[in-house]
Amino acid sequence: MRKGQYRFVAGFLLVPVALYLIFVIWPYIQTFGYSLTDWKGQSQTFDFVGLDNYKALFQDDVFLKAIWHNIQFLVFIPVITILLSIFFAFMVNVGGRSRAGGVSGVAGSSFYKIVYFFPQVLSLAILAVLFNAVYRSDGGGMLNGLLIKLGLVDPDSPVEWLNEPGIVRWALILVVVWHGVGFYLVLFSAAMQSIPRDVYEAALIDGAGRAQSFFRITLPLLWDTVQTAWVYLGIVAMDMFVLVSSMTASMGAYGGGPNHESDVMSTVMMRNFLYFGKSGYACAMGVIMLLLTLVLSVVTLRATRRERIEF
Amino acid sequence: MGSTSAENHGSEGVGRRALIQRSAALGLISVPTMSFLSACASGGGSDDSPKDGNKGKTSKDNPFGVEKGSKLDVVIFKGGYGDDYAKAWEATFQKTAGVTSTHTGTQEISGKLQPRFNAGNPPDIVDDSGAQQIKVDVLYKNDQLLDLAEVLDAPSVDDPSKKVRDTLIPGTTDPGLQEGKVVALNYIYTVWGLWYSGKLFKEKGWSEPKTWDDFLAICKDAKSQGIGGLAHQGKYPYYINVAIMDMIAKKGGLDAMKAIDNLDPKAFVGSDAAQAGIEAIYEIVEKGYLMPGTNGLTHTESQTRWNQYKAAFITCGSWLENEQLKQTPDDFDMKFMPMPLLPGSAMPFEAIRAGSGEPFIIPKKAKNLPAAKEFMRRMLSKEWSTSFAKEANSLTILKDGVDSAVQLRPGTQSTVEASKAAGDNTFRFLYTEWYSEMGASIEAASNELMSKRIQPKEWLKRAQAAVDKAAKDPASKKNHRD
Repeated sequence: MRKGQYRFVAGFLLVPVALYLIFVIWPYIQTFGYSLTDWKGQSQTFDFVGLDNYKALFQDDVFLKAIWHNIQFLVFIPVITILLSIFFAFMVNVGGRSRAGGVSGVAGSSFYKIVYFFPQVLSLAILAVLFNAVYRSDGGGMLNGLLIKLGLVDPDSPVEWLNEPGIVRWALILVVVWHGVGFYLVLFSAAMQSIPRDVYEAALIDGAGRAQSFFRITLPLLWDTVQTAWVYLGIVAMDMFVLVSSMTASMGAYGGGPNHESDVMSTVMMRNFLYFGKSGYACAMGVIMLLLTLVLSVVTLRATRRERIEF
Repeated sequence: MGSTSAENHGSEGVGRRALIQRSAALGLISVPTMSFLSACASGGGSDDSPKDGNKGKTSKDNPFGVEKGSKLDVVIFKGGYGDDYAKAWEATFQKTAGVTSTHTGTQEISGKLQPRFNAGNPPDIVDDSGAQQIKVDVLYKNDQLLDLAEVLDAPSVDDPSKKVRDTLIPGTTDPGLQEGKVVALNYIYTVWGLWYSGKLFKEKGWSEPKTWDDFLAICKDAKSQGIGGLAHQGKYPYYINVAIMDMIAKKGGLDAMKAIDNLDPKAFVGSDAAQAGIEAIYEIVEKGYLMPGTNGLTHTESQTRWNQYKAAFITCGSWLENEQLKQTPDDFDMKFMPMPLLPGSAMPFEAIRAGSGEPFIIPKKAKNLPAAKEFMRRMLSKEWSTSFAKEANSLTILKDGVDSAVQLRPGTQSTVEASKAAGDNTFRFLYTEWYSEMGASIEAASNELMSKRIQPKEWLKRAQAAVDKAAKDPASKKNHRD
């Protein structure tokens, strides 16, 4: 390295690192500090209580339930979204019937690609309004209206989608999947297009069908992208705050109903932070969330690590 | 360059990898150093007391010494009542007191004000209401609220020989009590109960039910004609909780209510009134008299359905009429009624939950305390109270506070009559103000009950558990009502 290179590189890094320290690392440290106090949220007076908040946390049924729900989201949201979007991306890019000498998507694939992307441009708040109308609990809801017309549901007892302990989390998962599939379809499409066509053509000549070319060629070569998608979707699953708080029944504030069946860590945290005034306790929840998210990303990156295939 | 630079340049250079390692190490050192620099987790927040910079001379008309030309920072919850009434007040205040106001109308009270409270830079007067209000008990515990006794003991604007306190409807300052001090002024006089359409009732030949049996009979008749009996705002179990608690209070009298507010170990389990009340509400569920789907609807969705004659009754407070102005058909003839009576009740049919809502607070660290106090004193004048009734279709806690020249809408008019009929037979729960967490737990249980997932017995157990949990908090010892 030439003389002065340190200074040169450091000069570039100084501002971003400073910003990162002030706006990311410092709040984390503050949160940890507050989590050791009985801070009530609206002033700067509080007492140090040691690890009491953390002890209470592991006896808090609502928070433990919320962690469990996050874990469920963590499993189902990435799996369903990734499987669906890989399938669609495959069909859109290489799933078409082979015409003379080429590999292409199903008919109308460029049209599908755009349509699938539509949901992605909606913000979460709009998404919540939209799906509140879909899941509305009386005959005015889209699903209920349809099912009543078809005679599958009794108009006197419509399905209260978001008020059924067995349905509410699936209903939320569906919203996230519907929203995400389009984006990951585009992501996987881009990755698939970087796979050289001759690989597919060679497989075709060797007599490979759709399924074989998918499992033997597409999937292995997409692994890096799948890994990225998994981490992103994992972050979405760890959050879920906007949808839960604006779609599900209120338990004082920030949704979470019925009976905490849809509560996630972030809604429990916010309820404690603002509504109950147990802000120090909520900060302890925040620290646990941070740790779980860190563990998650490390595990995901480790577990999905494979040898990279160069092409 | 790139990842090969380390090998290329050997010891005289630094590769990308080495650089990252070293800078990471640097970060590890610098992080703890930073926390040493300001040892405590709290960043800002000076605790200096308010300066008397805005204090002018006091006089008879100006008991707090408001200084002309000073500024007042007003934050209003812009919800069901809008914020036009406050703008009208502020304009008057500028004309008569010479104080310019900065006005913020918002629904995000918490989001906008929490940082300001923490930084010791709160507004001067706040209408702390709505779904995102900062709970008064929370603010009080943080020592952020001014004791409003000074305003309440000041001479009234309309009659200087009287104290402001004595011009208000009795009991209306109680919900603003924290540990014996009035720290929030609940400005709007609200009554809670059932609502129905006078038009629908005339058409069907129903009359206002006085007993629970009559109420159920109407629900039954309604159901047979394809109309729901009771609608409630299921997504927010707060509303059905009001009905449940009112049944309990009317059955068991004020003692049953105080048992709950005072966190009695027999507030729910072992209380006959509580059992009778919750069983009565569950009867609606069991017999299928709820409006279909109402358990999952928001307040506006279910109220609008009721406006479309899809249900005979709905539970709500007296803000309903203003909230539903646009959705209510012209000939709907909205009517209010008290909760029907169970046999052997301690209170008469006319008894209603009545009291004040919409808490206005003055932060202890407000910059312009004299003007804030004066603003609140004038809010409790007939002129400002009438202006509120005109802009927001609701009554204030000022006794006889609306100019008789103002024509009220049918629903509001029926609440005036109901409160006259009730006389002293009014009651008001305070646990929602004192114990947010307990309220939320009972809401969760009520949601389960209305969805038929738990029985009254289990509801009583859960409600009692919430009470017992609140009683364990040492801070709860300071709240008590006799």
